[in-house]
Amino acid sequence: MDGPDKLPPKGIRPPIIGPGQTFGTVTDRIAGIVLTKHTPIFWFIVVAIAASIFGMLNTAVAYLFARGTGIWGINIPVGWGFAIVNFVWWIGIGHAGTLISAILLLFKQTWRTSINRFAEAMTIFAVMQAGLFPLIHTGRPWLAAYWLFPYPNSMGVWPQFRSPLIWDVFAVSTYFTVSFLFWAIGLIPDFASMRDSAKTLVVRRIYGMLAMGWRGSARHWNRYETAYMLLAGLATPLVLSVHSVVSFDFAVSVVPGWHTTFFPPYFVAGAIYSGFAMVLILAIPFRYLYGMQDFITLRHLQNCGKLMLATGMIVAYAYMLEMFIGWYSNDKYELAMVSNRLHGPYSHFYWMLVACNIVIPQVLWFNKVRSTPWMLFCVALVVNSGMWLERFVIVVMSLQRDYLPSSWGMYWFTKWDVMIFVGTMGFFTMLFFIFIRLMPAISIFEMRTLLPQAKVKE
Amino acid sequence: MSNKSDSNPNLISAYEIKPTSMELETVRKKLAEAKGPKYWRTLEELSDEKAFGELLEREFPRQASEWVDPLSRRSFLKLAGASMALAGLAGCGKQPLEQILPYVRQPEQLIPGKPIFYATAMPFAGYAFPLLVETHEYRPTKVEGNPEHQASLGATDLFAQASVLGLYDPDRSTTLTHMGEARTWSDFLLAMSNERDGVIPALKARQGAGLRFLTGAVSSPTFGWQMKSLQKLFPQSKWHRWDPVHRDSARAGSKLALGAYYDSQYKFEAADVVVALDADFLSGSWNPGFVRYARDFMRRRKLAPGQPEMNRFYAAESSPTTTGAKADHRLMLRHSGMEKIARALAGKVGVFVPPPQLADGGNMDREIKYSLAQAYLTLAPEQQKWVDVAAADLMQHKAKGLVVPGEFQSPAVHALAHAINAALGNVGQTVTYIDPVEVDPVEHVQSLRELVDDMNAGKVETVIIIGGDPVYNAPVDLNFEAALKRTKLNIQLSNYQNDTTDYMHWHIPETHYLESWSDARAYDGTASIIQPMIMPLYDGRSAHELLAIFTEQNDTPQTGTSAYDLVQTYWRSQHPGDDFDKWWRHAVHDGYIKDSASPARQTAVKLGALPAMAVAYVVEAGGELVEVMFRPDPTIYDGSFSNNAWLQETPKPLTRTTWDNVVMMSPAMAARMKFNQLGDNNDHQSDAQNVIEIKLGDKTVEAPFWPQPGHPDNAVTLFLGYGQKKIGRVGTDEDKKSGRGYNAYSVRSSAAQYVAAGGGIRDLHKQYSLAVTQGHFQMEGREPVKVALTLEDFRKNEYFAHEHKEEEPQDKPHDPESLYPDYRDSEKFYQDYAWGMSIDLNSCIGCQACAVACQAENNISVVGKDQVQRGREMQWIRIDAYYEGDPANPSVYFQPVNCMQCENAPCEPVCPVGATTHSTEGLNDMVYNRCVGTRYCSNNRPYKVRRFNFLLYANKFDYYDEPSLKLGRNPDVTVRTRGVMEKCTYCIQRITSARIASEKEDRKIKDGEIKTACQQVCPTEAIAFGDINNKDSNVSKIKASPRTYKLLAELNTRPRTTYVAAVRNPNPQLPQLAAPEKP
Repeated sequence: MDGPDKLPPKGIRPPIIGPGQTFGTVTDRIAGIVLTKHTPIFWFIVVAIAASIFGMLNTAVAYLFARGTGIWGINIPVGWGFAIVNFVWWIGIGHAGTLISAILLLFKQTWRTSINRFAEAMTIFAVMQAGLFPLIHTGRPWLAAYWLFPYPNSMGVWPQFRSPLIWDVFAVSTYFTVSFLFWAIGLIPDFASMRDSAKTLVVRRIYGMLAMGWRGSARHWNRYETAYMLLAGLATPLVLSVHSVVSFDFAVSVVPGWHTTFFPPYFVAGAIYSGFAMVLILAIPFRYLYGMQDFITLRHLQNCGKLMLATGMIVAYAYMLEMFIGWYSNDKYELAMVSNRLHGPYSHFYWMLVACNIVIPQVLWFNKVRSTPWMLFCVALVVNSGMWLERFVIVVMSLQRDYLPSSWGMYWFTKWDVMIFVGTMGFFTMLFFIFIRLMPAISIFEMRTLLPQAKVKE
Repeated sequence: MSNKSDSNPNLISAYEIKPTSMELETVRKKLAEAKGPKYWRTLEELSDEKAFGELLEREFPRQASEWVDPLSRRSFLKLAGASMALAGLAGCGKQPLEQILPYVRQPEQLIPGKPIFYATAMPFAGYAFPLLVETHEYRPTKVEGNPEHQASLGATDLFAQASVLGLYDPDRSTTLTHMGEARTWSDFLLAMSNERDGVIPALKARQGAGLRFLTGAVSSPTFGWQMKSLQKLFPQSKWHRWDPVHRDSARAGSKLALGAYYDSQYKFEAADVVVALDADFLSGSWNPGFVRYARDFMRRRKLAPGQPEMNRFYAAESSPTTTGAKADHRLMLRHSGMEKIARALAGKVGVFVPPPQLADGGNMDREIKYSLAQAYLTLAPEQQKWVDVAAADLMQHKAKGLVVPGEFQSPAVHALAHAINAALGNVGQTVTYIDPVEVDPVEHVQSLRELVDDMNAGKVETVIIIGGDPVYNAPVDLNFEAALKRTKLNIQLSNYQNDTTDYMHWHIPETHYLESWSDARAYDGTASIIQPMIMPLYDGRSAHELLAIFTEQNDTPQTGTSAYDLVQTYWRSQHPGDDFDKWWRHAVHDGYIKDSASPARQTAVKLGALPAMAVAYVVEAGGELVEVMFRPDPTIYDGSFSNNAWLQETPKPLTRTTWDNVVMMSPAMAARMKFNQLGDNNDHQSDAQNVIEIKLGDKTVEAPFWPQPGHPDNAVTLFLGYGQKKIGRVGTDEDKKSGRGYNAYSVRSSAAQYVAAGGGIRDLHKQYSLAVTQGHFQMEGREPVKVALTLEDFRKNEYFAHEHKEEEPQDKPHDPESLYPDYRDSEKFYQDYAWGMSIDLNSCIGCQACAVACQAENNISVVGKDQVQRGREMQWIRIDAYYEGDPANPSVYFQPVNCMQCENAPCEPVCPVGATTHSTEGLNDMVYNRCVGTRYCSNNRPYKVRRFNFLLYANKFDYYDEPSLKLGRNPDVTVRTRGVMEKCTYCIQRITSARIASEKEDRKIKDGEIKTACQQVCPTEAIAFGDINNKDSNVSKIKASPRTYKLLAELNTRPRTTYVAAVRNPNPQLPQLAAPEKP
């Protein structure tokens, strides 16, 4: 950790790729993680733990299907609990991936190249976790699985298009599809590189198939670039739309604490905030464990930190706005919502959220923090906990006390709630580590374009 | 049980059963001696050996009884289970051939799918409650009040509603047992009446000496007639009475003041001023006539057009009840203080009140006692004021006022109330006296004490207990169970195997009132024939059939001994005429016998010396001692409904607790004694309460305490009915393996039936989790309940329920404030009918009958205590209770909340699959089979009236899966599976059947043709329902009232259920009630 992480003299920003790299070293280093026969021992440990947690998820979901959602802590009035909190949280985490790959690409932010590949993978895996929840949280998932889709049927019954939950179905499935295509297309040139460097026939054949006949001709590159830019264009609005639609689940309703017009931007900012935190949570151990400090440099970490700081400030503004509008409306229900946030039975959750999402991330103002991987890692963990708390506060604290005091109630999660939440984290980690082992986690060909050698005419 | 049978003196042990050596000579001799044909089964019988009776009784030798031994049965089940499993291995055999039989000839009147209604009556606490029972293919599914009967007028209480579940209860006693072993009825008959060593011949020989009957209060004329003829046959036998919730005080009070037992009958419709001295006539059926009284009383508070006045209600109350909650002036004081209020009131209206006598107060100095008594008689200023004002009001309304003494108050209070009513000329106007409805009324404690004394003295050989559970609920100092061990033969006829069963030799399952013929009298004396709806589900017998065994040979030889024969024979004797058959058919059809109400008696009040106030000054002097009050539980009464899941899960009206009883005390006292409630914000569905110990004499009981606003200080209320040792699965606490809650009977002595002095309480520093359906009792400035605090306020501003007068209660036709198209603009919507409901908050007495009726009508599942603790109760209509003002004596408001059927329903647009849709008649329909259970509708619904099947509640636990319970379900309503949202639909099945009927006749549905279950049951007519397109319908008229308002109208949901704001009528001279706090 010492060499590459040393900060350059004051006034000079760290490079986006370490010194001394050539086309060859880039390919070898990145492809080497995959093509080596030697799997590091920590990989086995992590995947074993993650897989057993994934097993726990399966058990919990099987029990859930057998018994019903009553095994969770939800009730009347709190009809949504952990499942929806986790759904929103995971969806939010996915956002950074798309933002990095699509928006930063369109803005020609070349530093994005070394983190976009695994950020996209993170998006896909996070959306997979997120997609699980709306399905399993229903009372009868075996019916929800297809009744929520508009399919022609002899009864002439369609979903109810006024419901934000239907919008969710479309938003999330579109998001997943586009993200997946974007990621898969981006992988094609790299699969070709892998095919070319593979040492055994089987591996070569597999990557050969995945590379879909990529030969690297100028025509290929031309079409590739066009497709990539088009997809980036498609994915860009999705960054904003998906979480906006998710926020409609709340904003469209009449529940005090949900019924607010600023939810879409607030949710998007929060999503990017948590997404970058997750990128850091993944990138920092990854570059350390695989010695990738030359590719994911301090510059990247600093930039992520800055983005977190910016989105964190938007989120902080949203919190203040929520309180202000509650007070300014002078509506008794909104006022009660504000006071419930500040002094209610769950107020400690709210104050923890303020600490995690507003107070602690202010340390990112210091360059020292932004340039010290372990500090960034800690801040990212805090931010992601905070973002989870934020969703808990929105979902549970709003439902818990709404209009009629007689119906006020409490929500306490059960072990099954926790098992499923932790289970998705295990599932996510397992997928991510398998991905690292089997596919180039950093885009090889794009990294090569960053090398000084690549800049032929500029 | 098997142990007990070994010690039973009646049985001879196994080694004594020997094969009889038979001598042909003897047999021949016996045959020759016999007169008439004598049939014999075996030679042993013929030989008439002593051992044979035993053999017959047992049928099998002793080894056979192993089968009821739990261990052996278990091993049998193990074997059976193993063979089943092995049989399963053997593979998929053919299903056995099972034949189903259609009706070859359809029974007369029965149209499959169409319910038939029969009139009958439910006996409750000795009195008949007249009913109409809905049966589907001869299965009773729902009861309604008999609309033609004066005691009901169509309404019922929650006990009647829940009784239908009791019929199908799989935990009812199903088999006749002898020493815990299954026997048949003929075994019992043989043991009782066989000529040689039967019980009855022996008793007859002794003139019935040693024969005792113990029943509850009985008003059945047939039973009375049977008992009378029985006492002729067995002159030495005695009939004792014991009900744990008895009317001893009323009886004694009537004797004190009127010289004999009379039942008071109140005419609330004629009373302008009502003063209740701890009377809870608006709270429970233990007040005979409760349903009718509630209706009469509330009809005087409707303020309907043309009814500008309302009555005024003063209530002096000890333990808080829903009656006190409806009072215009509630005076709160301890139970023992009521007498001084009654004395003061009597003095004020000109009754001569004899000076108090001093009871024996232990070794206290007479002087001190006297001064304590004097001090106690002095009223506190606010009490004096209350008495002055109430007395003045009564004086102003002579012959139009009414003083009602509480059933649980002392005889002196009853006597004083009689005297006050007489002095004010109310007798004959607002109160009349009739001969007791009960057959041969007695004071129960005295009656039971005599029985126990005789048992202890060895004078009792045979005791026959009909109904009840005296081992569980007899006064603890009588030690009934010890006395039972001294008798030779104990026979019990009862619905359930209960605590008493363990001390019985014979246990006979009793029929449910829906299974057998009987009769009974209502509170006004009107007799009803109780006709059965269904054949007995189990091998049950009625009390009539049991008594008939004792009388059959001599008294009614020709008529047979079935309950039907007996009831008919009795009434034939009352109506001897040729037209008896017609008369009988009318009586049975109508559900009551015309003109059988008891006539009013002329009485004169003579107030002699009143009994001494023993209780009062002990507490006053006692320092840390408290007064302990005993009250029946609001939902499970004295324990007879402990195994009724609907009633267990029905929240108690004031505390909103379910599945448990609590000890009520005042919040101030709880704070003073540092009995802190756990939890910070009081939103908990699962409320952990500190457990306290209540000590009375040398007996103690442990119970969770409940700080109840409005409870008097230095007093606690214990609720009866919980804590049995032996009870069915519903009433059993899963952890304790015995009855739920605590047993208040374990500290209730015969001298202190409703109040005891000198109790001690202490904190045990333990917690107990209750299941509470409402955690928050403040309105938080939101005014869900709107109320005019005085009649003047209402007259000044009739639109007080609206912030601006222009906010007319009527719906504006085109309210533009919605993004979605207005259904009212649509050609398809609201053209024919538009259903609406109105709930009158002035009339609601929080009795919970609507909640249980809804549960019965709509097959609503019971979820169990653990699920209630998680906030998942299912009742579709809930009665919110709100407290305002000083927690020491707050104002209480009730608000029934069901689905509002909003025209702009927030739940409709959010359902992703369209499972909740808007009907053309304005209902917010639920399509159960389309629902996938996202619960979004529940979240987005401000009224929180939707209920979700978080688990498979419809057959949760093994209990609810029992086939017998499925018989009781309403076939017109879907049983919901798990994962499905459900809610009130204004009883759409009733709407639909009325629509079908009207369309067949090519007419519109008439107003009043459809009654929702909650509306039908409501004793106070608080709920109105009908077509709001029809401006002449009852509901439209009520909705046009300026008091009508919409709950959460600011959300623009346009609810179809509206509320009529409450108006109170306090006397301007007294401090007024607290208003809901304004934001």
